[in-house]
Amino acid sequence: MTPSSSTYAVERHGAVPFWRDIRVIRVIAQIVFVIVVLAIGAWLLDNYRNWLAERNLTFSFRFLRLEASFDLAEGIPFKPTDSYARAFLVGVVNTLRVASVGIVLATLLGLVAGVARLSRNWLVSHIASVYIELIRNTPLLVQLFFLYFAVILKLPKLKTGDEITAITLPGPTYLSNRGLAMPWPRPSESFGAWWPFILAALVVALVLWILRARGVQRTGRPSFNFLWIVVAFLVIPAVGWLIVPGSPLVLDVPVIKGLKARGGTILSPEFVALTLGLVVYTGAFIAEVVRAGILAVPKGQTEAARAQGFTEMQILRLIVLPQALRVIIPPLISQYLNLTKNSSLAIGIGFLDLYAVSNTMLNQSGRVVEVFLMIMAAYLSMSLSISLIMNIVNRRIQIVER
Amino acid sequence: MTTTAEKPPATEVGVLGWLKKNLFSTWYDALLTIGSLAFIYWVLRGVIEWALVKATFSTEPGICKKARAAAAAAGETAGACWSVVITNIKVFMIGRYPGEEVWRIWASLGIVAVLAALTWWVWRAEAMREKRRWVVIGWLLSFPVITILLRGFSEESRVLPLVPTDLWSGLLLTFVLAIVGIVASFPLGVLLALGRRSTLPALKVFCTMYIELIRGVPLISVLFMSQLLLPIFLPPQMRLGTVLRALVGMTLFSAAYSAENVRGGLAAIPIGQYEAAKAVGLNDVLMMALIILPQAIQKVIPAIVGQFISLFKDTSLVVIIGLLDLLGVAKAVTGQTEYIGLQKEVYLFAALIYFICSYAMSYSSRRLEVAMGVGER
Repeated sequence: MTPSSSTYAVERHGAVPFWRDIRVIRVIAQIVFVIVVLAIGAWLLDNYRNWLAERNLTFSFRFLRLEASFDLAEGIPFKPTDSYARAFLVGVVNTLRVASVGIVLATLLGLVAGVARLSRNWLVSHIASVYIELIRNTPLLVQLFFLYFAVILKLPKLKTGDEITAITLPGPTYLSNRGLAMPWPRPSESFGAWWPFILAALVVALVLWILRARGVQRTGRPSFNFLWIVVAFLVIPAVGWLIVPGSPLVLDVPVIKGLKARGGTILSPEFVALTLGLVVYTGAFIAEVVRAGILAVPKGQTEAARAQGFTEMQILRLIVLPQALRVIIPPLISQYLNLTKNSSLAIGIGFLDLYAVSNTMLNQSGRVVEVFLMIMAAYLSMSLSISLIMNIVNRRIQIVER
Repeated sequence: MTTTAEKPPATEVGVLGWLKKNLFSTWYDALLTIGSLAFIYWVLRGVIEWALVKATFSTEPGICKKARAAAAAAGETAGACWSVVITNIKVFMIGRYPGEEVWRIWASLGIVAVLAALTWWVWRAEAMREKRRWVVIGWLLSFPVITILLRGFSEESRVLPLVPTDLWSGLLLTFVLAIVGIVASFPLGVLLALGRRSTLPALKVFCTMYIELIRGVPLISVLFMSQLLLPIFLPPQMRLGTVLRALVGMTLFSAAYSAENVRGGLAAIPIGQYEAAKAVGLNDVLMMALIILPQAIQKVIPAIVGQFISLFKDTSLVVIIGLLDLLGVAKAVTGQTEYIGLQKEVYLFAALIYFICSYAMSYSSRRLEVAMGVGER
């Protein structure tokens, strides 16, 4: 009897020794890898345990409840009797403040610089490219040092004798080596009666938006002009403003009393330097992203739109931008992430961000590993949430392939 | 009847035509141009007046204070005082590296220059293809040679006395950090990239976690880890100097970014290359080493140059952990009492050096990309 081909194959297969069986090798390779990683990890942990034992310490986060006994003069209120946990929170809030203001302003600057770089005006496009090249080719920390030590700290004093020597802008806004003091709207007693109007305006605008989108879906053209939504959104709060007794928002104006400015919003010199530095730096990178995005839209698209009689504004709004955004969003996300991570350079100029506060906590408590884990966790969760939000946006605007 | 073509109007050609087309094509274009001109005038006038016209270049001690006092007396703003840069130029370049051993730095630069010239010469001519391997070996050898040259053997050695790495500072340290960071991180990055693309789940999960973890946190926290956590997690007999620890941090950080670059290159290799390699009977290791990686790495050279430039700029962060790189030296100089108040001059000079280096690198990498035909298909 001759063996059929299948039994032959089985026999052949059975003849392969297990150390040459790819499935076995794969499993063994992974087991070896895991063992090596675990062994290294155990060795490191063992060293750590010895280090702890020498100092009579244990790994725990209980120190977070202890009194911090240092002062933090930036951000939400903090006094030395507050806990370490509260100090860390102050740091996180300060980082978020810088990052959120920075992201908004850097996007605007980047958009302007990116469009200017593509301008048909020779001078404008060259000014933009000098800005982009200068900023992109020098380290951020050098720029921050320059801004803080050589520019902001060299600004005139707020007051020399009895005379106000700060740079005074209309508002009044005072710019001095003590930072920036500017007017800021604050809610008054009647704000509680006014905010329902804002809510109503939001709801009405949303309903109108949906109605308009339905109209587009049903008939192919919007049932009314987009302007109506804007009008509704503005008119309702305005009516509320008139109905509510007194004005719900009062403009709080900074006043110089003694040697300090009070009232309004006062931004510390460190905050101004850090935010400005991050905005200028990231703006240059965003400009390149924007430029690449606009250039990625084929010229034929603009020409075809023009041939169909779109106006220049419509071409930009309906044809170029939606397509450019698809290219722009992913690298834009990574620029936002970079800005957030770069805000950790705050420690170089003494702004009390997450990293700088953690550094103080660590020097004070000696809890190196615990504080390090907290820093990592905080930055990772910020990174992850930014990429999550932006990925959702990205999915909304990508082409739906059919 | 002959028709002669009419000459184009004077406003369409030549200087006037260029001006009209590029600066004054519409009324708002003209407004923009005038605004830009005013802006340029304002900036240039301020900069030139401060940096050149009113500036002091003399290196006489105490001249800066005199110049500033004179300006204040005249009710004017003082100009720059460049003596701080001129007197400290050596400090900026090599910092605390001992003065009598400077020849070693020149020798190292010489080795690099010779190798660079050889590379250019050998790569230019197709006939020299055979010799390329020797140049590559030369580059690989230059690394330990320069390390020994800069560091020396031991304190007693008469030929090359020891210069501890903690004395390396200034621009020298900036370059050492950046070059070691990129070179040492590259093999690690290749391994991580292969691991991330591996079909073995344990390997893949580990490598992906490492890469995403490092990329999600700022460099400064990794440097911090290398400074404070390394001594804790390593036994007491494995103590490293501050500079070495910073190098470890740089390498670990940079490896994650190298890995992503290499992964990009790997993704760009068509599957046919894998299949062909398997078909001629190569096993997985040989396939990767001989067929896939060489092509992938060639594809990502521009990305690696870009990474090197950003790493070069990022080395300035070591100031925060107390190292004296170019920026660290600059900061230390501004802290000296005789140079008080000269931050503008010092930081501008540091920025200028960083700018020259990284602009030169990015310019030549763009030229290289064009020469190699990267991005053209």
